[in-house]
Amino acid sequence: MNILIGQYFSGKSPVHRLDPRIKIILTIVYLMLVFTADKAVSYIILTVYTITLVIICGIPIRLMLRSIRPMLWIFFFTAVVNLFTVPGNTFFSIPFFKLTVTYEGIAAAVSISIRLLLLVEGASLLTLTTKPLALTDGIERLLSPLRKIKVPTQEIAMMMTIAIRFIPTLAEEADKICKAQLARGASFESGNIINRAKVAIPLIIPLLIGAFRRADALAMAMDARCYNGGKRTKMHEMKITELDIEASAVFAVCAAILLIAEFAIEF
Amino acid sequence: MIRTERLTFAYAGDADILHEINLKIEKGSFTAVLGRNGSGKSTLARLFNAILLPSGGVVYVKGMNTRDESHILDIRSDVGMVFQNPDNQIVAAVVEDEIAFAPENLGVEPREIRRRVDECLRTVGMEEYAKSSPSDLSGGQKQKIAVASVLAMEPECIVLDEPTAMLDPKGRAEIMETIKMLRREKGITIILITHYMDEAVQADRTIVTDGGKIIFDGTPKEVFKNVERLKEIGLDVPQAAELAYELRKSGVDIPPDILDVDECVACLTGLLGGLHD
Repeated sequence: MNILIGQYFSGKSPVHRLDPRIKIILTIVYLMLVFTADKAVSYIILTVYTITLVIICGIPIRLMLRSIRPMLWIFFFTAVVNLFTVPGNTFFSIPFFKLTVTYEGIAAAVSISIRLLLLVEGASLLTLTTKPLALTDGIERLLSPLRKIKVPTQEIAMMMTIAIRFIPTLAEEADKICKAQLARGASFESGNIINRAKVAIPLIIPLLIGAFRRADALAMAMDARCYNGGKRTKMHEMKITELDIEASAVFAVCAAILLIAEFAIEF
Repeated sequence: MIRTERLTFAYAGDADILHEINLKIEKGSFTAVLGRNGSGKSTLARLFNAILLPSGGVVYVKGMNTRDESHILDIRSDVGMVFQNPDNQIVAAVVEDEIAFAPENLGVEPREIRRRVDECLRTVGMEEYAKSSPSDLSGGQKQKIAVASVLAMEPECIVLDEPTAMLDPKGRAEIMETIKMLRREKGITIILITHYMDEAVQADRTIVTDGGKIIFDGTPKEVFKNVERLKEIGLDVPQAAELAYELRKSGVDIPPDILDVDECVACLTGLLGGLHD
């Protein structure tokens, strides 16, 4: 069985090869920049940047657009709210509902949509170009200073890794249980929502019990291999390469151009 | 290597699972522990590396008492353990990270970990799968990874708790080969918990447990002579041994300690040849 974990899109672009820590930091800064941007010129610049980045990563547009799909309702809702609530010069009004659409409202709806779009696409680029394991590893290392205030960063990272590792195993088991229940006459596809939820119970309970049993065995296997919650070393060391420095420099220049445009140009 | 003195184990309030076991495992030996389900054989294995602690008596690993908290990591890295279900003992999502898990826990230097990972993968013949995901491997391959991940601690002894129970015949044969190779080439002490007779006869010492006690302890030839008693406690005997036993019972003069097919064939042809003369 082949199950896609996360939404990693394999490739060899410079973005793929960046240190995950740098990628996470740059993504966070990018998100902050999107929030700062408030003028049309900034949105244009940001859109150009983002499209360029997508092209560099070599990710198909189809895949990029897929990440918006679950967000469509939020897009629609925020745009509509902005359209009708922002005060200003009336564009047209619907007296029956006491609704007014203003020019400012239209501008706000467009800009909030672009902003949301840029946020989602920027965050997707991180998960599309970084393997889930590299991502957890990067998060662990970025959070490691928090160990000083007793945040168990290594344990959190271990939990995430194990979760990722067990997704295919549990999916396989779910498939087996599903087939076993089908063989006994269960039907997962018919009936209304309540009925379908009911038939899901004989699927979920065995899966859950199985997962607990596995967790127990796994804990023992980890114990036997000296896992003790103490200080661990890592086989893979992360090194900041020239590529990381170059990418950060390019990013800084782009950010500077954006900020100058935002605060110096008057439209 | 491992020594137990009047080792007793029971879960709180329950009857003894193991009762006053005295056992000595020699360094470099290959011991098979046989017994039916619930005979206490897995429990015994888990007492060897301080996963379970004795309720009575003592377990010494290289002279260290398993109750001594300060030696627990030394004991666990000296006595590695491979479990039955390969899916439930793999921690990492990439093969080489799995092998690195134990040395990482022990705080080994990154470069040394790299060296050990490469060496252990080579030892079990899985080097080409270093970057694979364990979920893409066969059961036998997964179990080899489990063996390699224990090897990365550089243990002197490996305890395998029914490592082949969930494998197909090909996987079983591969794991048995790997185990014997480890002992031959690296001098690692092997303790194999199993309920397969054909695996037990490959050891140089067979221990049979039943009802929490050791009932037989000796070379496979010595142990499998006791066909009747073994059958009584619900164990099979190797087919060759059973045939020899039945023949002896009907009055044929055949040695009682026959274990494998070749030996049996040699004896039978000898006997039949004698009849023709």
